[in-house]
Amino acid sequence: MRVLSDVDLIVGKGEFLTILGPSGCGKSTLLRAVADLLPTMDGNLSVFGRTPSEARSSREVAFVFQEATLLPWRTVRQNVTLPLQVGRKSISRPVEPKPDHWLDLVGLSHLADRYPHQLSGGQRQRVAIARALQCEPDVLLMDEPFGALDEITRDRLNDELLTIWRRTGATILFVTHSIIEAIYLGGRVLVLAANPGRVQAMIDLAPLKDENGFCRRESTNVQETAAHLRRLLQEGSLTA
Amino acid sequence: MMRSRLSMTETAVLPMIGALSLVAAWQWLVPALGIPAYIVPTPAAVLRTFATEWRFLLLNALPTWAEAALGFLLGNVLGVLMAVAFAYNPRLRAAYFPVVLLFNTIPVLALAPIIILIFGLGMLPKVIIAALLCFFPTLVNTAQGLNLATANELELMHVLSASGWETFWRLRAPRAAPLLFSSLRISATTCVIGAIVGEWIGSNQGLGAVIIQSTFNYQAERLFAAVVLASLSGIAFFALVAQVERMFHRLQPGG
Repeated sequence: MRVLSDVDLIVGKGEFLTILGPSGCGKSTLLRAVADLLPTMDGNLSVFGRTPSEARSSREVAFVFQEATLLPWRTVRQNVTLPLQVGRKSISRPVEPKPDHWLDLVGLSHLADRYPHQLSGGQRQRVAIARALQCEPDVLLMDEPFGALDEITRDRLNDELLTIWRRTGATILFVTHSIIEAIYLGGRVLVLAANPGRVQAMIDLAPLKDENGFCRRESTNVQETAAHLRRLLQEGSLTA
Repeated sequence: MMRSRLSMTETAVLPMIGALSLVAAWQWLVPALGIPAYIVPTPAAVLRTFATEWRFLLLNALPTWAEAALGFLLGNVLGVLMAVAFAYNPRLRAAYFPVVLLFNTIPVLALAPIIILIFGLGMLPKVIIAALLCFFPTLVNTAQGLNLATANELELMHVLSASGWETFWRLRAPRAAPLLFSSLRISATTCVIGAIVGEWIGSNQGLGAVIIQSTFNYQAERLFAAVVLASLSGIAFFALVAQVERMFHRLQPGG
């Protein structure tokens, strides 16, 4: 089955690209292709000049799933250091175990010795982000990581993620269902259309952001862009 | 509906009171109903038998314990190995798992004579019967446990480029551990049953042999003492496995 076709796209180093699209447009498929999680694919996809498989096996890519996917028998700290205990052959450059540093960055250093079941959904997702950061990836792939969280938690995590992005300089590909989240986080937003999955539009969000890269969700130009994106999504989900 | 909770002392003391009351009733009812001592002895008489015949009982318990322990090891090791083979080879699993489950429906009492016939009268057939009783629950539980890892967890391991061995050790095995231990606890008591059933059919030593011989000889006190000892053996095996499980949970190095 062909999920995506004619997706031609270049993402710059250090860019924050958000990906929006109706259900079934292949947003996740695109992300999973980059993460080498798809069995077959034709066409060209390169991550800093390498195949997805090469990029994965040299630890250039980290993935944050919609579910936190923490191992319940490990403490928060042990979950964060998991990337250093498996696939050691794939770690191409020295990565120091700094679980407390990464947990501090997501504001959870005080919970390092807890177990996942003792955390809230938002805290679990933060641990998953800390675990991804422990890989010190060049590319951070995020598949609706905040999709299951309430709006207040999601807004706060959006701010934290922007801060982390600026500090680490990682390239982030972020799939979301939320139009506002896509605008708030992204430097550009990629809009996909369904049946078949293809690029509907690519919109530059830089004009909306202040010099620090932030924007107010309630401002008029953000709302106008949101309305525009909503129309694009509606068109994209009708075609068949 | 709210139920009043029992206090700590009550939870500790009430089971003992329950057991003691039943023993007391047994002690009093046997003579009161005029049941002859060669049919049902009183608890006091059974206790006396332990005091006078402890050497004989111990001498017969030793082979039973050895058969049960060896059967426990053999059955569980084979069960885990086959579960791992099934987990990593879906075709093997599809071909043989149903047959194995069907095999498990044969009652051990029906199977025991066949095993005695094949393996003779030594210790080996008893070990094999005990092993069979341990093998099936461990195979089924471990096979199920090793498949508990979610698609997301397996994808996480893939993105981290974990080797097959690392995925097994860091993900599948810890996922399966609770189920494996629950089958080990079951095995701890069934391996004693297996050894005794084996001894019923072809043996002149062991607790099973004592049980059969004292039944035919109307040695009710010795029979009851052997049965109590068999039951205590099962409890001791169970407690040992539970202790190992506690140590495992304490030592588990972060999965």
